Amino acid sequence: MALSTIKTASITDDAVTTPKVSDGVFNAHRNLIINGAMQVAQRGTSSATSGYQTVDRWNAAFGGSGAAVTQSQESLSSSDAPYALGLRNYHRSTVTGTSTDTGAYHQILQYVEAQNMAQSGWNLTSTSSYITLSFWVRSSVAGTYAFYFESMDGTQQSYSHAFTISANTWTKVTKTIPGNSNITINNDNGHGLLFDIVAHFGTDYTTASSTEDAWKTFDGTDVSKDYPQNWLNTSGATFDFTGVQLEVGETATPFEHRSYGDELRRCQRYYYETTDYIRYMSQGPVGSQAWEWIDLPVTMRAQPTGTVYGSPNEADVGKASQDGGDKETLSLYQSPFVLGLLCSNSTSGQNLQFWKIKVDAEL
Amino acid sequence: MDIASAQYYNDLQGNQLGIRIVIGTEIMDVPLDPANRHYVEIMRQVEAGELTIQDAN
Repeated sequence: MALSTIKTASITDDAVTTPKVSDGVFNAHRNLIINGAMQVAQRGTSSATSGYQTVDRWNAAFGGSGAAVTQSQESLSSSDAPYALGLRNYHRSTVTGTSTDTGAYHQILQYVEAQNMAQSGWNLTSTSSYITLSFWVRSSVAGTYAFYFESMDGTQQSYSHAFTISANTWTKVTKTIPGNSNITINNDNGHGLLFDIVAHFGTDYTTASSTEDAWKTFDGTDVSKDYPQNWLNTSGATFDFTGVQLEVGETATPFEHRSYGDELRRCQRYYYETTDYIRYMSQGPVGSQAWEWIDLPVTMRAQPTGTVYGSPNEADVGKASQDGGDKETLSLYQSPFVLGLLCSNSTSGQNLQFWKIKVDAEL
Repeated sequence: MDIASAQYYNDLQGNQLGIRIVIGTEIMDVPLDPANRHYVEIMRQVEAGELTIQDAN
């Protein structure tokens, strides 16, 4: 029978049962990683600074004498393997300053909020309950790299896994990980589970005989096995990854594609910035005061750190301005829902203006 | 986090509202929230003797 001729009435009652339906139908919102497709980059698309600088939710950290890394959001081309699966962006790290320091490192990490892990359905203290990680990775330097998880409450536990890749070749990495009785993750808005993909570790953080593929008490001097390829001492080396998915269960399902708007809203729980455009403050009940309240697009994880710019192009930080002339210092009132701006001793009267706001409640 | 300076700022009633910090060319207003990562780092540096928070003006 042609599919086009099947009507509801053609299907016998109870003929469609749960076992006959693909598991994927019931697996919406299964990816515990936010912005795993590297779609959203509110802060910008390239930076030479360590930390949260480009792709939302991803902290690209580096350190060590002489070490310098540029992080960026890049576009996949149709010749890249992840492209055919619907992925369009990736996170890139490029070595711009080399280091042979034993304390040198470059890692790109994301903290999953504790309550998202606690309520995920993973029975984290059971050895017969699993989470599965999958992602695509590519490096210009062939070798054996590693990622690790770290539970952040109680006595911190870590689990590292090594993977070997050829130079300049996209490779999909998949790993299923059991629970462990020593893991603690609270049901709150703090750090829950750290996912950390490591492009380079100096020997300060590794050992030749480090235990892999098992949970152990976290030890910052024994996170993974040694990194022989010395990526961070290779000028111009690149390290790329995308399509990161962490899900409950023993199977790596296809990447869960989310719309840009859906992913942006998830990211804005942790970081938000407005467009660079003029906004006016309201005259307060006292002549020397000016106020403005700004609703945040989603409830943020915690009270955010805030930065206000009083003039275009991120100038006059922490101030309001009047027609580009007088500058008045602002105070911020922060909550997870709304941001208050107060100028308490304005001598320039009303019509104080500001241009841009950044708020940060990252983990 | 290389914090060049830190200073409390108050609300209209004179209560401590937050800490204004300078990192490089960035100026950030940090709430007194133990769940805020910048506040946690400020307090860590204060306890380690690496940073002093100036009183509000």
